Order: sequence, then structure tokens, then C-alpha cells
Amino acid sequence: MFEKKPVILLLLAAATIMVGTVITMIMPFKWINDPKLAIASVKPYTPLQLEGRDIYIREGCNNCHTQTVRPLLSDTERYGEYSKAGEFVYDQPFLWGSRRTGPDLARIGAKYPDAWHYKHMRDPQSMVPRSNMPKYAFLDRPLDTSLTEKKMKTLNFPYTQADLQAVSGKSEMDALVAYMQKLGNDIPWRQSQQAQVVGEAKNPYQDNLAVIPEGKKVYDESCAQCHGKDLKGEVGPPLIDLDKPDAQVFNSIFGGIQTGGMPAFGSSLGKESIWKVVTYIKSTHRR
Amino acid sequence: MNQQEGYADEVVKGFITWSIVWGTVAMLVGLLISLQIAFPQLNVPPYLTYGRLRPIHTNAGIFGWGIGSFMAFFIYMTQRLCKTRLWSPGLGRIQLWLFNITIATAAVTLLLGMNRSKEYAELEWPVALMVVVLWVIFAVNIVMTIVKRREEQMYITLWYVLATLVGVAILYLVNNAGIPVSLTKSYSAYAGANDANVQWWYGHNAVAMVLTTPPLAIFYYFLPKATGVPIYSHRMGVIAFWSLIFMYLWTGAHHLLWTPVPDWVQTLAMAFSIMLIAPSWAAVFNGYYSMEDQWHQMRDNYLTKFLIFGITFYGIQTLQGPAQAVRTFSAFIHYTDWVPGHVHMGALGWVSLVIFAAIYYSLPKLYHTEIYSVPLANLHFWLAVTGQLIFSISMWIAGVQQGAMLNATNPDGSLHYSFMETVVELYPYWYMRAFGGVVYFASMLVFLYNMYKTIARGKAGAAQTA
Repeated sequence: MFEKKPVILLLLAAATIMVGTVITMIMPFKWINDPKLAIASVKPYTPLQLEGRDIYIREGCNNCHTQTVRPLLSDTERYGEYSKAGEFVYDQPFLWGSRRTGPDLARIGAKYPDAWHYKHMRDPQSMVPRSNMPKYAFLDRPLDTSLTEKKMKTLNFPYTQADLQAVSGKSEMDALVAYMQKLGNDIPWRQSQQAQVVGEAKNPYQDNLAVIPEGKKVYDESCAQCHGKDLKGEVGPPLIDLDKPDAQVFNSIFGGIQTGGMPAFGSSLGKESIWKVVTYIKSTHRR
Repeated sequence: MNQQEGYADEVVKGFITWSIVWGTVAMLVGLLISLQIAFPQLNVPPYLTYGRLRPIHTNAGIFGWGIGSFMAFFIYMTQRLCKTRLWSPGLGRIQLWLFNITIATAAVTLLLGMNRSKEYAELEWPVALMVVVLWVIFAVNIVMTIVKRREEQMYITLWYVLATLVGVAILYLVNNAGIPVSLTKSYSAYAGANDANVQWWYGHNAVAMVLTTPPLAIFYYFLPKATGVPIYSHRMGVIAFWSLIFMYLWTGAHHLLWTPVPDWVQTLAMAFSIMLIAPSWAAVFNGYYSMEDQWHQMRDNYLTKFLIFGITFYGIQTLQGPAQAVRTFSAFIHYTDWVPGHVHMGALGWVSLVIFAAIYYSLPKLYHTEIYSVPLANLHFWLAVTGQLIFSISMWIAGVQQGAMLNATNPDGSLHYSFMETVVELYPYWYMRAFGGVVYFASMLVFLYNMYKTIARGKAGAAQTA
């Protein structure tokens, strides 16, 4: 009968389409908006962070960077605690992305100090030599704040006059970095995840000069961006003549130093490589 | 004179021409961004960066090349299947103008960074409104033509046409709902995991309602036209039609496996993705069985080659897709280059080959002439298939390699490779992909030349008879 009744066919096709739509698109609102999934510590964006987020959207950062950590070993070891629905309630639009040409950014907040981001954003290859990220030095221009208050009102985010004043005179780069530093940081996962190494705090390569070239290689790839090619310091402090026990240096690299902006390398480098780096760094002192 | 059958074909010619123009733009931008990934120094901030150009590539491809040619062939096929003139040729002309203005506005605004960030729904609200008006004009014209038809039976092609019209309308309106801040800025009406689920309900069903049902409508119409044999089973087409449009809508969340979207939504998406193999392959079998004693046409008839390779890529696509929609496999290849490899087999293999066939068949007829060169059409075919395979295969290997590297662990449980160590390994594949893109673009140039010459010949013939 349908082959002779176009209007009935049209209506039936629409109804057919609506079945899956109602069940898998409309009904999940009830599940996702369940108050049990809310996380009290998750805060809306400040005016500066929101402007930074809008620059992230304008530049299409989501075309190369995702913002969801999956509950899979390769994700959680690499990026941190897996993402929860309650963390995204202020994200209009969501920015989970679909392709990781660059790394996931859901937990980038507080991983690096601000200075790292400024340097990396202006010239990514200076920090990560074979990165294929474009240079965003042009973001060092004044931020357009004419819509800031209207945006906050549109999204029903709370703000004070002081928050609004904090935006004036800022650059687009300032806003973007402020946004980066908020990402994934509203739940206290870093504290709970900080790796502690118990026992075996003895350097297996102590006085083993043979591992120094290997240690230097790891240093050049993972440490030199912040501590300088010749260990004289830049974003991070100088490491030359480091007068600390091997075990302490190892722990700083393995678990990071949260108060100082030092990221943890335990999961990405592994113990062996870290001991080799420690041996290399200390060799510059012993020399 | 061109209306000798009483059909409004001027507007069809217009849509074909402009969809080819936008298709060329989409491929050119695609080539540029594939080079930018391999050679980052080719990014020219602020405007010509990968982040701003990629949405132009996808929008020009899906809306300019895809929708543009579907509008052409929906008007072309509907008139012929209904044995009547387009309900309002004037509205058709307005539609063509509005289509080009919309696509051009979309390209300019995206370049300026006016971007809603949701994939394939990036256009800011005033441009999205233009799309809505465009679609309403189009849908009314087609539906009215069908209502006023002079052929009682509606061929399966018209079923797909009608489903497309209503499906796209629902998807586009819901996912583009937003809260405007100014003329050039708006926020999504939904937040976080809700927004993600709505977006991929839209995103995957754009694949259904833009990149599946319209090419199927074209395939079911042009395969019998090109080969001279009827479709094997109209009934199988009908069963596949209802099951396809029923099941597709459940599958969006397979783009969101392992994310904070509810588990049961993900599981349903996974199950329905597997079930979709049946209606998808019903179309493939319908194509193959139609060819039963006609396989020699793969040698003799270049149109058959385009259509049968097209439906074959559709078949591979609809096996690979469900495989990727399974949680374990998704965990391995999601977010890697595997996915662009998959997408481009669909876009360059299935959709584009079918569109090419439809243009090759109809354009000479519209200009009352013969195709300028069949050998050039064959060259186009082989270059296109080669370029596409180089692209997709290199991306699949890249995806598997990166997935394996990202999952590799040391004996102590730590990860063996840093993220950057996996990226460095991808450069050779990115060079290969760009090369595949060059080959595909070369095939497009051959096609452009052939069509230009065909139209020129048609016009010369018309001038002589006049």
C-alpha cells in the first residue's frame, strides 16, 4: 500500500525514525541528568576560562584533541583518572572530539606550569621537536571582552564584578591557558593518584657509567623542554649540580611535584628509564 | 529546447555543475590539510590552520558535493519516476541560488572561526537557519511533485528520497538547537554528556540520511538505467528500506564507547550496529544479483564499473563499521587514523563513485549529446579507486600500529611508549595519505575535463541545430 501513498509513507518513515531516536537520544537525558551523577566540586567557568574555551572552539582545537579519558589502562596511565559525566555539566557544547592527532586534554589542568603552555602554544616544536601542531603565537593579542558578560548570563554562570574586571587587559593566550589549567582539575584526582614508590629506592645503575648516554637520550626527549638542553633550567629549575640523593630525585620524576608544577613521569617512562635519567642528571654533578 | 520532455532540467544542470565545483573545493582543502598534518609548517595562522580548515573540508564535502548532487538527482529522478514536471521550477531556481550562497557563507564564516564545534553541525546559527530554509524549499518541491505524480506506483528510489527529506529535517533541527549570544556566536542548548549523545545521534545519522539513503536512491535508479537490467528484487529493497531506517537511529553512541554516556545506550548502539549488516548487505546483494548474467558489463560498460565498485565499497564499509562499533575493537582503534581511513572509503569509494556514475549517465543526456571520452572516464575510475585505496589502507595500518603502540606496556606495568613516540611513527603514513589524495585529485581533474568537453560538445550541437 505504501507504494501508492506518499504522505502515509512519509509519516510512517518519520515514526520509524522516531523509535530509536526517543529511546537512545531522548531517554538518556533522564539517566545523564541523574542527581547521583552530580559532582559538587565541579565549578562553572570563570569569565576568563570561558573566553579561553571560546578561543579553543574558534581555533578548532577539538579537531585534533579529545577531552575524555576512557576507563582503559592505556588512557588512564597516560592521561589520568577516567572522565565522569558529572564533570561536563557546564560544557555547552561538549568538546570530547573524535580524533587524537594530539594527546587527550581532559586532565591537562595543572599538569604543567603556565609558562610551559605559553612557550608550547607559541612554538610547539620548541618543546616537542616532532610535534605537528600549528604555531599559535598570534594569540598574544588583546582579548575581545565585549561579549564576556553576556556570555556568562547566557549560560547562567555566576560571576562577580571582580571576575569581569580580571578579564580586561588579558590576551587571548592568557584566556586559553586559564582554560587549559582548569581542565579536569575540579575533582581531586591528582592527589589520590600520586604514585608513591615503596622500597627499592636504591639506584640500580649507581656508578654505572654505561647507562649515561641512554639517560641523556631520555632527558633530551622528556626533560630538556623545561629544564634546558644543558640542565641550566628554563620553565623548570636548573638541575646541574643537583645535590639531592638519588632516591629523592627518582621520586620527584616518578610521582611529580604537584606544588612545583613538575608532571609525573612514572607511567610514561617506567622505573628503568627514570633511574637512567637520574644517573645521567647526577653524573653532571659528579663530574 | 532542453525541456523537450517537459522536465525542469535547467536547475538539475545547475546543481550538477555547482556540486562539482564544491566537490573540487572539498578535495583541494582535504589535500591541503592532509599535507598540513604531515608538514606542520604549511599551517598559516590565523586563518589557514588545520583546526579552521578541517570543518571547511567536511562541510564542503558533505553539504557542497554530497547534498548538492543529491539535490540535482532527487529533482532529476523524481520528475522521471513521477512522469511529471517539477512542482515549481521557480522554487528550484531559488533553491539553487540559496544553496550556493549558503555554502559560500559557510566557508567564509568557518574560515573566520565562527564555529559551533559540533562535527558536521559547525555552522553558526544564522547560516544553519539558511540551511533549514533551503531544506524546507527543497522538501516541499519534491513532496509536491510526488503528490502530483502521473505514475501511480512509487519506485523504491522515491521511498529513499522521502525518508531522506524527513530524516535530515529532524536530525538537523534537534542537534543545531542553540542559545545565541550574538549574530556570530551561540552555545549548544545541551550540556556535556547530553550534548555528546545528541551530537552523535546526529553525526551517525547524517551518515545514514545523507551518505547512505541518497546514494542508495541513486543506485537503485541508475543501476537499471546504466545496465539495462532490472533490480533483482524490489521486495528485498523494501524490507531493507524499513529495517535500515529503523535500526540506524539506535547506533549513534558507538561513537561514544567508553565515554561517560550511559552504558546501556552504548550497548544498544553496539548491538544495532551489528544488526545493520543485514539491511546494508541486502542492498549489496540486490546490486550483485541484478548483474547475474551481466558481469561482462564490468569490462564493457564503465558506468557499471563505477556503480558495482561503489556498492562493493559500501559492502566493505558496512562490515568494517559494525566491527569498529564493538567495544573491544573500538578501544583499540578509536581516536586513531583508522577512522579517517574508514570514513574516506565511504566518502571517496561508495558515495563519490555512485555520484560520478549518475553524472556520467545524466549529464550527456541533459545536454543531448554523448560523453566526450569513455577512455578518460576509465582513467578517472582507475585513478580514483587507486587513490582511495592508498589513502584508506595506509590509514588502517597507521591506526593499528598506533593502537598497538599506545597499548604496549613494560614488564612493570608502565606504558612502553609516550604519546609523542607513537606520533613520530605516523609521518610516513601521512605522506602516503597525501600521495593518495594527489592521485584522487588527479582523477577529479580528468573528470572535470571530460565533463567540460561533454558540455561544450552538447552546446555546439545545440547551436548547430538551432
